[in-house]
Amino acid sequence: MSTQSKFSKSKPRIVVTGLGPVSGFGVGIDLLWNGLCAGATAIGPITSFDPSGFITTVAATIPPGLLDIRAIVPKNYRKATKVMARDIEIAVAAAASAVQAAGLTTRGTAEGAVATIPPERVGCHIGAGLIPADSDELASAMLTCRDAQGGFDPGEWGRTGMNNLTPLWLLKYLPNMLACHVTIIHDCQGPSNTLTCAEASGALSIGESMRVIRRGDADACLSGGGESKVNFMGLLRQTFANRLAAVRPGENGSRAVRPFDPTAMGTVLGEGGAILITESLESAQGRGAAAIAELVGFAARQCACADTVGVDLSDAHEDIASAIEGALHDAGVMASEIDAIVPLASGIATLDLAEAKAMAMIFGDRLSKIPLVTLAPQVGICGAGTSALAVCVAAQCLREQRLPARLSTSGSAAMGVDADARAAGTAALRNVLVTTTGMGGQSAAIILRRIT
Amino acid sequence: MNAPRDRSPSERVVVTGMGWVTPLGHDLETVWSALMRGASGMAPITRFDARTFPTSFAAEVKNFDVNPLLKSPAAHANAGINSQFALGAAAQAWKQAQLDVKSPRNGRRVGIYLGAGEGVIDTPNYLAANLKAWNAEQGKCDGVKWAELGHELMNAAREIEQEPNMPLAHIAREFGARGPAYNCLTACAASTQAIGEASSILRGGEADVMIAGGAHTMIHVLGVTGFNRLTALSTSKGDPAKASCPFDLGRGGFVMGEGAGMVILETLEHALGRGAEPLAELIGFGSSADSYRITDIEPTGRGAAAAMLQALAQAGIDPLARRSDGRPMVDYISAHGTGTKENDSIETLAVKRVFGEIAKEIPMSSVKSMLGHLIAAAGAVEFITCVMAIHRGMLPPTINYTTPDPECDLDYVANIPRAAKVETCLSNSFGFGGQNDTVCVTAFSE
Repeated sequence: MSTQSKFSKSKPRIVVTGLGPVSGFGVGIDLLWNGLCAGATAIGPITSFDPSGFITTVAATIPPGLLDIRAIVPKNYRKATKVMARDIEIAVAAAASAVQAAGLTTRGTAEGAVATIPPERVGCHIGAGLIPADSDELASAMLTCRDAQGGFDPGEWGRTGMNNLTPLWLLKYLPNMLACHVTIIHDCQGPSNTLTCAEASGALSIGESMRVIRRGDADACLSGGGESKVNFMGLLRQTFANRLAAVRPGENGSRAVRPFDPTAMGTVLGEGGAILITESLESAQGRGAAAIAELVGFAARQCACADTVGVDLSDAHEDIASAIEGALHDAGVMASEIDAIVPLASGIATLDLAEAKAMAMIFGDRLSKIPLVTLAPQVGICGAGTSALAVCVAAQCLREQRLPARLSTSGSAAMGVDADARAAGTAALRNVLVTTTGMGGQSAAIILRRIT
Repeated sequence: MNAPRDRSPSERVVVTGMGWVTPLGHDLETVWSALMRGASGMAPITRFDARTFPTSFAAEVKNFDVNPLLKSPAAHANAGINSQFALGAAAQAWKQAQLDVKSPRNGRRVGIYLGAGEGVIDTPNYLAANLKAWNAEQGKCDGVKWAELGHELMNAAREIEQEPNMPLAHIAREFGARGPAYNCLTACAASTQAIGEASSILRGGEADVMIAGGAHTMIHVLGVTGFNRLTALSTSKGDPAKASCPFDLGRGGFVMGEGAGMVILETLEHALGRGAEPLAELIGFGSSADSYRITDIEPTGRGAAAAMLQALAQAGIDPLARRSDGRPMVDYISAHGTGTKENDSIETLAVKRVFGEIAKEIPMSSVKSMLGHLIAAAGAVEFITCVMAIHRGMLPPTINYTTPDPECDLDYVANIPRAAKVETCLSNSFGFGGQNDTVCVTAFSE
């Protein structure tokens, strides 16, 4: 490890060598890509509980059977799956998929084998959300701690009730447990972080991996994010933030999210995320790995938030544009060289508008001719995982020279963008931009380039 | 090696402002003098009725009102207590850095990197919703009933303020920061990691100024429950002021604290350009993962040592070398020093792994003996402690140290503060789950 190289101005080139998405289509890039290109949607009725009391009854959940965490982790790690909240399962599954796709041998793929990359040179940056405690688990533990009115009695809880919870209860819900389980399974001993900036978390994590590799502290990183807000608290908080499209019981909500449609009424939640293997070009070449795309530019900004908390992002466009501009500058790419854009495209009207205005500031009249990739109509908005999924799809578009189908939207020309429903098709893509802005106002932009 | 002072001013990172809100006070001087008295912030918990809990005491922030420190209090009217701590600490740092009078013209060159924790859950209403929605026949909560109760009982603003990026959003609003903005949450390591990554962002030229630090409180029913179930907390039935005893043979767990620590970091070029006074220079940062177990620390101290070694390598310091007058290269280590059996002995082992025989000559203390464990905010507060030690030539003690532990055989600055020439310090933070971070800070000289 050369200390000198950490501060040199020449930046090591960074490539993506493995994609590990998890979405309502299942685990792995093939299921995701096939679903996206076929114009399918993972949005459907929520079945794990009766959602009829909430504003929406649909989500893009991972169907039972498509994420069997016990089958994914190494045999000697199965016991630990008992302390994995859904978000942790998503990250662990995504990491396994990415490691396999990148052709890496780790402790998690082959116990006792020599790791492809020395463990101390592998970092891990995973975006996570606020994981709520499981209501069933908590309520059943509290049953013996009810006061005369049926409310919670903290005295009895302190004396006896809390012992009804498993000793490791807290560890199911710490956001850093996504990265901790992943680093333990795959023996990543390098720099590790957990970013918690809502929808921007995944992209910020990938940006942080780029920074860590550039400064010489790792050769490769497991980078991305994962989350599921399809639970009581997740739905309630998103309702309080006015983000969800209303879908009443019995309504077909499969077209409820319509990004950049003038009639857009809100978003639909998804379960998922992605882990990517980000790696220095030197490391990838050294081990003969095929690069999928190059990460050429990154920038992050805090957006102006009139309401402080970034629920109202209607003033965010200038800062979103500034992030895009920063990423273009970092990449040494001109706006005219961007061939496709993967925005957050949430279907939340104010946020769609802010994104459209920001893109117009950068791309001018050409914006209406740049195809947008809109993922929410197919996989929903997956919280901290959503922008990692976006980067994953951008990389796949570059590899396949193809754009997936778009669903649900019409009339997007009124917002100056090309986002209407259409079939998948081939496209000549050299540079693809991902831009994401999360609740709270953190915005990140990443530019990926085709490997030639 | 590229010694830090050979770096160009745009690649040197200095501290120009500091602030904290802690169980021992809400400004630099009050807290520092309390640390120099060996004071304890512990007392019975007042936030909720904890009398029957295995642990009924903590180090709470007392009598803190953020509003007098704010330019626009109305914008923060709904701020949770963690965001209030964050704003209070950041306002002090911003003022000390004279950014209120010599403000950067471009807010997009001012970034934020926090290691802040989630907000305090609305315990009574949240627990009531879960309990009242319980369907005994089905053995689970009824979704429809829960939704009804949730909408009825819980408050929208309060729920949104619990998101972990809210202290960040409040600080951005208050100071007009529009540059790179991050919040990380690596448990007890978070704010050390935030300060380290903020320095990396500055060196990479992505910003001129970074507000960095952390804020957190877990002194609430489910927070204490969680740590009690993990048996990580001291359950001492004696004087709470004596419950946190890092490195002592009788240590029995940590004591929860709460609060915030914030620093202003800038490139030296930017600080000098606007006539700000550098208080110290951040010369090294290391981050690692134990990759061992979610519940236990890697027993040989490999991960902790890796973080320290990486920070020292970045600082251009050989831990096995000595200065020309024979002194160790590092003058003080602010220990993670939680007071759990496992942490303190393994941290001791890791320091010996890094410094070899020299380890015994390096004073290492834990202010958690006095302030409690501020969880995500701990690292930032301890980083500030290091800068204060450099300026005052005094080392804060580890109080409540009475019985040596054969496994903890270093110099822990037992019980009373010590005068010392302090130039270079390490500050260690190790998170539950195995994320480890160390920063290296030194006296500033051109």
